[in-house]
Parts: sequence; C-alpha cells; structure tokens
Amino acid sequence: MEVSKLPAYLAARLVKAAIVVLAIVICNFFLIHAAPGDPASIIAGQSGAADAKFLEQLRAQFGLDQPLYVQLWLYLKGVLTLDLGFSHRQQMPVSTLLWERLPATLLLTGSAFVFALVVGVSMGALAAKRVGTWWDSIITVLALVFYATPLFWVGLMLVLLFSVALEWLPSFGMASVGVELSGFQAALDVGRHLILPGLTLGLFYVAVYARLTRATMLEVADQDFVRTARAKGVPEGRIQRRHVLRNALLPIITFAGIQAGQVIGGSILVETVFAWPGIGRLAFDALLARDYQVLMGVFFCTSVMVVIFNLLTDLLYAIVDPRVEMAG
Amino acid sequence: MTHLLEVRDLTIGLPQGADRPHAVDGISLHLDAGEILCIVGESGSGKSITANTIMGLLPRELPVLGGDILFEGERLLGLSAEALRSRRGRRMAMVFQEPMTALNPLMRVGDQIAEALAVHGRGGEARQKVPELLAAVNLPDPASIARMHPFRLSGGQRQRVMIAMALALEPALLIADEPTTALDVTTQMQILKLIREIQERRGMGVMFITHDFGVVAEIADRVAVMQYGRIVEQGPARDVLNAPQHPYTRALIAAVPHGRSTQGQAIRPAPVLEMKGVTKTYRRGGWFGAKVAVKAIHDADFVLNKGETLGLVGESGSGKSTLARCVVRLVEPEAGEILFHGEDLRPLSRQGWRPYRKRIQMVFQDPYASLNPRRKVGDAITEGPVAHGADPKEARRRAVELLELVKLDPSAIERYPHEFSGGQRQRIGLARALAMDPELLIADEPVSALDVSVQAQVLNLLAEIRQRLGLTLLFITHDLRVAAQICDRIAVMQRGAIVEQGPTASVFGAPRHGYTRALLDSIPGRSWTPPVSSELA
Repeated sequence: MEVSKLPAYLAARLVKAAIVVLAIVICNFFLIHAAPGDPASIIAGQSGAADAKFLEQLRAQFGLDQPLYVQLWLYLKGVLTLDLGFSHRQQMPVSTLLWERLPATLLLTGSAFVFALVVGVSMGALAAKRVGTWWDSIITVLALVFYATPLFWVGLMLVLLFSVALEWLPSFGMASVGVELSGFQAALDVGRHLILPGLTLGLFYVAVYARLTRATMLEVADQDFVRTARAKGVPEGRIQRRHVLRNALLPIITFAGIQAGQVIGGSILVETVFAWPGIGRLAFDALLARDYQVLMGVFFCTSVMVVIFNLLTDLLYAIVDPRVEMAG
Repeated sequence: MTHLLEVRDLTIGLPQGADRPHAVDGISLHLDAGEILCIVGESGSGKSITANTIMGLLPRELPVLGGDILFEGERLLGLSAEALRSRRGRRMAMVFQEPMTALNPLMRVGDQIAEALAVHGRGGEARQKVPELLAAVNLPDPASIARMHPFRLSGGQRQRVMIAMALALEPALLIADEPTTALDVTTQMQILKLIREIQERRGMGVMFITHDFGVVAEIADRVAVMQYGRIVEQGPARDVLNAPQHPYTRALIAAVPHGRSTQGQAIRPAPVLEMKGVTKTYRRGGWFGAKVAVKAIHDADFVLNKGETLGLVGESGSGKSTLARCVVRLVEPEAGEILFHGEDLRPLSRQGWRPYRKRIQMVFQDPYASLNPRRKVGDAITEGPVAHGADPKEARRRAVELLELVKLDPSAIERYPHEFSGGQRQRIGLARALAMDPELLIADEPVSALDVSVQAQVLNLLAEIRQRLGLTLLFITHDLRVAAQICDRIAVMQRGAIVEQGPTASVFGAPRHGYTRALLDSIPGRSWTPPVSSELA
C-alpha cells in the first residue's frame, strides 16, 4: 500500500463506520423496545408504590409516554453527544457506569487475547515444524480438546482444581476482600485473580490460533517461494521464520481482528462465572433488572469496538501485505 | 579432465504405487563450464527430478537408490545438509518455471536478492550489489525496482529478478527449470538471450530444462532427451536437432508445430460471425480513490465465414480471450454489435439468448479445471443437450458416438475426469462442446496446457473434426506455430485491438504491422527447420 493513499482511505472508511454504528444503534433501540416488560412498572414495583397515577408519572418523567419515533430521536440525539442516558436503577449516568467497568473488562480480555495469540501461534508453529512427530500429535489433540470444550465448563473445572482442591488461586472477584494492599502487592493480587478467568477465556482462542497457524504454515511451506529460498541456500530456521511464518500470519491477523472486536462483549459468561466486575457482568445484571438504558449503552459500546477493530485489522492487513489495495 | 558437473548412473525411486518403479533410471550426463546443456522431455520424464537432486532439493519420498553426482570434483550425494546448503546459491543456483509464485510476495525484491548474499556471509555488499545485479539482467531503474514488491512486476520482470538472484554469488552452475514456459513469446526470447549472454560473459555451465525443441534450437550446445526416467539420446545440439537417432526424439521433433499451413482451400464469404465496434472497459475505484479504466477491447472488428478457422493470436493481456468470451456472453461488452448470421446477439435477453447457446460452443484452456471432478464424463457430455430438451437416452447414445469421434474408448462414459490425462480430458471437453451440434466452435488455448506430442494429436483431431462436421472455428492461441498450422486466417491482437489480420500465409510471410514482426521474430528456433521424417508424421 502507498502511504499517500492512507488519509483518503481512512476518511472513506470512517464515514462508512459511522453509518454502520448509526444503523446498529437504531436496530438496538427497536430490539429493546420489542422486548416484553414495561420498565416503568418494574421501577414502580421496586419502589413499592404501584398505583396507576404513579405509573403515569414515571412514564412522563422518563419520556416513555412519547411516541416511539420521538423516543428514538431523543435517544439518537443523546448518543451523538455521547450521552447514553441515565440508569434509574443504579442512579448514575450510563456512560459513568461503563467507564467504571471498562478497565476491568479490558484487563481481562486484553490479557486473554495476548495469551491466546502468543501461545496459540507458538504451538501451531511448533506443530507445523515438527509435523508428523509426537509433538505435533500432542499439540493437535490439545487444540482439539480446548476447541471442543464449552467455556463455562472449563471455568468450573479450573476453579475446582486450582481453587478448591489445590487452593492455589482465588476463584472469584478481581481483588482480595478486606485486605489493604498497595503498589506491587496490589498488582500481584489482581494478577492472581486474573489467571483463572483469563485462562478460561483464552483457551478456546489458543486452540483456534494453534490450528490455524499449523494449517497455514504447512500450506505455505509447499509454495514455490519457499523452494526458491531453499535453492538460494537460506538456512532452515530462517526459512521458517522469514518466509513461512510471515506469510502464514495473514489469516491469523484476520482472525485476531475478529477476536479483538469481541474484547468488550465476549466475556459475559466468564465475568459472570468468576464474578469479575466488568462490562459483561454489568450487561448481565442490567438484563435481569430490565435496566434498558444500561443494556443499550453496553450494546453501543460493543458495536463501536467491533467496528473499530475491523478497521484496524484492515489497516494492519494492508500494511503487512503490500498486495492489498485500499479501496474505500 | 574433470567436468564441472558429472552425473553417473543416477537412479531415483518413486513411492509405492506409482506408474513406474524409478523416477530416474540410471542416467549419466556431464556439463562443462561455459556450456549449455538442454534436457528435453515431456511432463513426468524425470527431468525436473534430476535437477532437484543435483541441488539437494529432492523431497524425502523420492530416495536416491544409486549412482553419483560430482560437482567441481566433489561427491554431492555424500555431503551433509549444511554442506549442501552452503553450496546452494553460492556455487550452484536455480531458476524455476513459475515466476509469478517463485518470489516471496511479502518481501521487496531487493531484500530477497540481499538475503541470498546475507545467508552466505556477504550481506555487507548487498547495498552496492543488488542494483548492479538488477541492472545486469536489463531491468530499467534498478534502484526503484529493488524497493518494489513482486506483485508490481510482470512475469518477465520477475523472472529477471529470479535470474539476478541466482547470479548474486556468481555460481559456477545455473540450473534453469523451464524458465520461459510461463512467459509470452517476446518475453521468452528476451530471457533466452539474457541467459545466453550472461552464460557467455561469466563462463558458467547452464543446465536448461525444457519441453520445447524450438527453445533447444535457440540456446543449446548439447542436448539430452529424456523419456520415462531414461536418457534416450544425447549429443551436440546440431546432431540431435537435424539427425535425431532415437524414435522418441524423432516423434517429439515431428510433433513440434512446424508453422507450415496445411489448408489451402478458398473460403466463400458467408459470414457466420461478425464483430462490429465491440468495446469492453473494466473500471475500478470507489468513492474516494482515483478511478482506473482499462480498455480490454476496442477496435477489434472481424468477420468469420462459414467453414473457416480464424486464429486470434496475441500475448497474455492482449484481450483475445475477453473478445472470445464476449461472443458467448461470458463477458458483456458495453458497446458494439455481435452479429451471428446477421442477428445482433448483444441486446438479447437471457431468454432470447438461449437458442444461440446451442449453436455456439466453447472449449477451454485448462483440461484439469474445466471438467467438474464429481461428475461422470457421460453426464458432463449429456448435460447440455438434456438441458436443451433432448431425450436422455438419445443423448447418451450420442455421447458414445462423440467419444468415438474424439478417439476415446466408449467406456469413458462411466468414468470420472481424474482418471484421464490432460490430453484425454481436452478431448472430453471437445466432445462436450460437440454434443450441442454447434455451428461455431470457440477454442480458447485448447492445447497450451498439453505436452507437444499430445498437443499435436489434439490439433490433428480438431482439424479432422472440423473438416468432417463443417465447423466454423474461432481459435485462440498465444503460440504462432500452432496458429499457422491450423488457421485459414489470422488476427493479431495487441492491447485490446486487432492490429493486423489476413490470410495465414500473408500474415506470416509478409507481416505489415511492427508487432506482428516482433512476434514472428520471437518464435524460438525460427532459424531451425525440423527435419521431415517420412515414417513419423
């Protein structure tokens, strides 16, 4: 790709991304409003006073008595100014809630992402290099097991083994309760809490990357340019690194982009199992409490992430592979 | 004296279940410095395996069972992997057939050449040597080419890069495995000249592998002819080319398209197909990017008369296939008239087109890709007629007849395409096209994927069927020798336009356009007239 084309390309992609996000926001809005259950009656029920007049008053207060298109318009106006509404259950603006939970989620999914990518690609590369040996067999079988086992089950088994039986690692939360730690000690404490949920979330992707890397490396190893490298006397290790692995990384980038897009929304299950105070659990709680403003906020946040990472993947791809033409 | 390279009684096994026990069976040959040895043979003759064995690039499934290879006085077969590696690229180098895939797509070509220097401990010279090498293979503006990725270069340019890379460490031996087979004729001629020139300047020994006797005539000092893993004939190029001894060599030379037209009958003007002002432009580009328009076809009018064969000749990208595809609407042109018996086909609806599908049929280039691997041959042939309302039983009976017509056994009807060789598959493709009883047959490079001897058989078959059924034929080819042999008239295409057309004899005998002359000058071995052997024709 030529650098001179970059600004025009970015501009075109950002315009498209904005349109996509807008469409998603509108879809979310209608989806939530199609769901059964009246938020006003739930709030009224929770506050104990549920006469018709009070309900009317609540509806007027939240704008729920307005026609749907007016509500949509108000919501869209809010989103455009980054005002995602107000959670009456938590008595906080939705954006504040999301900001509070964001670091925990990013820490969890980010470490799972890096773990999966590093371990998965190394395993796949090793298996491809030693294809047909017992190294290859072990890695292939392990990858298949990780790939086929459901996430929550892996999580529960890890808890049983490391927390209950061996008592090595904490089984829930993000930090130890009731102890005041500072600096390095605190970081270490969070790190210990991170291991189990991180592993649970990452193992599936380890399997995906391992399988993908192995298959692509074997495919690339058969290509003509690898033979060319061999014919000019390049040592075997360097052939694997510079010629085979580099070309095999292209599909892995595509897949990493998909995983990265899920860093915010993809961890609902794991955050719930391990009581990790992130956005996934926020979404789960909001769903149970019919806290629709929060739910729409989470949806908005996740969709923006997916769109951003898609864009980043395409950019990265165009940088790594010079053949990719940037067409807006 | 010792030779630069000497192969003695080399025997290489094949895996169990192959069609013969040995890939290479007791071959002996030698090569001296400053000499070009051509190894000639058809696909599967073992010529590439021999080359890869010398380089130490043989896959593990093919074991060396016996014999010796001496290079610069050393026995190569006994050397360790590391010792072989250190000689590869430094003392002996190799250029491959497919320039489009032989370079790493993610590395700049300069870096790939520099890597060859670096792995032999001479990376420090790269900055200075890379542009020199690129200049030595006659690439313009070496400094900027060095910074390009392979996809920006044409096939010919990539092959030059490959040669530059092979020459980086000034090897004593260069092995070139069909280096010009994938290239256009004019490019092929340039690369042949380049190899010859560099070889003379540096006094290298070159082992040149090819299937084309024209190329042999152009470049070889000595020739070794291989068949089924054996060398059947070996000697100075002049002797082998002009007085071949072994029957196989004679058969191969007889199969070389000789460029002498066999047809002579006059064609009455009775237009079957007429192209008038057909234009096809490919556009690319989106909202913000600059729009690119490529004129694939313009100024390409021609008339094809009943019973005539018109050859559409040109190099890759000249638009000859696109033009042919316009006729059967695989490509939709944006302007012009496509008159079939006076009726314009272009504005017709899909439904309106249907009756014409039967009357115009096409045979494609790649015999491996153009048949559905999961359908029996019989089904492939009867599919068209049945879709047009023929009785399935009647269609099958006809399919058997057609298989006999294209000289295949009728039992082929129950078999799958993978059971057939390339030449046989091309016959099946022909039978499939003929099943529709077409008036006009379009053959898009029908023989270019085939070995010479098979190519000759298919061409003869095509000529015979054309005579028998009174077909009108539009024949597309990049090979002028093939065109001369089968076509009544020739139209030469360049960059989307027909630059010259006329009767075959006059186009070849007295070309008017500069491009036609350039094409004719590039025919390999044009100064060599193959001996006509009466017993093998």
